[in-house]
Amino acid sequence: MSSQVDERSVEDARPPQGKDRAQYGMCAFLVLVGIAVIVDGLGIPHITSSTDPVGPRAVPVILGALLLLVAVAYAVDVARGGHGEPEAGEDVDLSQGTDWRTVLLLIGAFVVNAVLIERLGWVISGALLFWGTAFALGNRHYVRNLLIAVTMSLTTFYAFAIGLGVNLPAGVLQGIL
Amino acid sequence: MDNLNNLMQGFEDVVAPMNLLLALIGVLVGTAVGVLPGIGPAMTVALLLPITYGMEPVQAFIMFAGIFYGGMYGGSTTSILLNTPGESSSVVTAIEGNKMAKAGRAAQALATAAIGSFVAGTIGTLLLVLVTPVVVDFAVSLGAPDYFALMLLSFIAVTSVLGASRIRGVISLLLGLTIGLVGIDTVSGQQRLTLGVPQLADGIDVVVVAVGIFAVGEALWVAAHLRRRPVEIIPVGRPWMGRKDWKRSWKPWLRGTAFGFPFGALPAGGAEIPTFLSYATEKRLTKHPEEFGKGAIEGVAGPEAANNASAAGTLVPMLAIGLPTNATAAVMLAAFQSYGIQPGPLLFEREASLVWVLIASLFIGNLMLLLLNLPLAPAWAKLLQIPRPYLYAGILFFASMGAYAVNAQPLDLFLLLTLGLLGFAMRRFGLPVLPLIIGAILGPRAELQGRRSLQLSGGELSGLIGGPVSYAVYAVIVVVLVWPLVRRFVVRPRTSPA
Repeated sequence: MSSQVDERSVEDARPPQGKDRAQYGMCAFLVLVGIAVIVDGLGIPHITSSTDPVGPRAVPVILGALLLLVAVAYAVDVARGGHGEPEAGEDVDLSQGTDWRTVLLLIGAFVVNAVLIERLGWVISGALLFWGTAFALGNRHYVRNLLIAVTMSLTTFYAFAIGLGVNLPAGVLQGIL
Repeated sequence: MDNLNNLMQGFEDVVAPMNLLLALIGVLVGTAVGVLPGIGPAMTVALLLPITYGMEPVQAFIMFAGIFYGGMYGGSTTSILLNTPGESSSVVTAIEGNKMAKAGRAAQALATAAIGSFVAGTIGTLLLVLVTPVVVDFAVSLGAPDYFALMLLSFIAVTSVLGASRIRGVISLLLGLTIGLVGIDTVSGQQRLTLGVPQLADGIDVVVVAVGIFAVGEALWVAAHLRRRPVEIIPVGRPWMGRKDWKRSWKPWLRGTAFGFPFGALPAGGAEIPTFLSYATEKRLTKHPEEFGKGAIEGVAGPEAANNASAAGTLVPMLAIGLPTNATAAVMLAAFQSYGIQPGPLLFEREASLVWVLIASLFIGNLMLLLLNLPLAPAWAKLLQIPRPYLYAGILFFASMGAYAVNAQPLDLFLLLTLGLLGFAMRRFGLPVLPLIIGAILGPRAELQGRRSLQLSGGELSGLIGGPVSYAVYAVIVVVLVWPLVRRFVVRPRTSPA
């Protein structure tokens, strides 16, 4: 996400049919992935045998090369004015720029859940996740949301973990739930 | 009629009260989630897959069949009432369906979609019963080079035939293949792209990929552009149709089914082309051309039937060859694999009872859907009004729950977030997501078949060309690849810039 800054400026000032330069960021990403795949592929011991004349290296190297090739082709396409349509939808308003604050808050809530899920258990971390994402999305009914969040995580825990045998950790509430 | 007996046995297994209850839950939950705006059938199936993890395969697949058709039906309700096609296959339904709803004929639009889906789904599943064994007989004779060619055809088709820009399709496919590469190489046992992380040795679970790209990516994308205003929902009563509507609907249902099934069953099929063909046909054949564009019932009946028949059709290559041609089938393939079951020609021998239970459940789920959804449509419509912060918070909540439940490891949640950000970027840059999913699922299997082919030839590339089937498939690939060039030079282009 290194292209965040110029991406916003481009979006704000984007002429109707102008170049979408943020796409070069995607090209750079493809080049990085391509190099990573090739380097990783070349690091694999070259083992071939009569049952496997190709070995584990060939596909990563070919795939990496294709990634680099397509990155170049994409850059050429962008330079010639090619651009993909951002995905539209009923809840999507593309006339405004990207709301990075909401996205970062959502990522924050997501990471909190990922870090805490094993320690505190799904009931607590999941409730925090729901409450946090609802907050990030602009809902300010703190108490009501907390009730909904706890209800949801408790319901899912009892229905799925205890009822259907799905893997969800009880965490610190082990023995209480 | 051996298959008929098998199917009857399948029905007997499903009709136990507990199993019927599971089918009912599947249909209800599938529809409820599928109705939610922005959630297409594939996302519904991916999000709900984890709730079946604790079950026995038979029970899981009974529920799954309900979720599958429920998600499809939910999607068409959304496109009619909200004009939000959750997936490209319901785009055509939205054209006339939403106009009908706006003109006060929502009840009839929903009714023709529901009954049309039932008719097409039932005929489609019947054709599935008849056609799949034939395809299996054919597929048994296929060797590694033929499979490799078929998978290549899938890759080419998913990047070239569908979508607006080939280069963007190829980017998506290559990213998917890269994701598929992560993990231990099955042939040599070497780790690839695992970065020394032991949890990555088994690869990135396809459910995590699908939920990350579809659900988390969608939620982040919408959150970044959330429209801050209440949504206008068209109020709807109980769906019903008058005699005239029936008269105008039944032929489009059948014609739509006829378009949908074969396209779905082709290795390079999908629902976009048949729904569009059905729409164009109905527009040409209608006795009420003046209504098209303003809400013609034929324009809902035909494409909706085509959509459902095509969904049944996609199960043919998925079950018989192990080749998914759309996102929903790709996720279903992942579901099979999570139970250690490999779809393909041997599936009908090894897991016969399971397959026939699945097919019987498709019939039953389809019938339940019709009986439930005609009375429940107003309740589903209410779900469309769910406040958006809760909707997207709920999607992230269930996405996290499902992704964690796959392997019970927090690392998957970080992978989910990373893939979600990738899905976000893909939506921003107009990269199609389907090639990525297909690449991630089929990539490792294509490599396996390719390496097997070369094993037979001692490493000579000629080993990739097997029997007549691979010749034919490569010929099709060449046509698909060359066609746009031919069109550019021979047929003068009108407006489309590549």
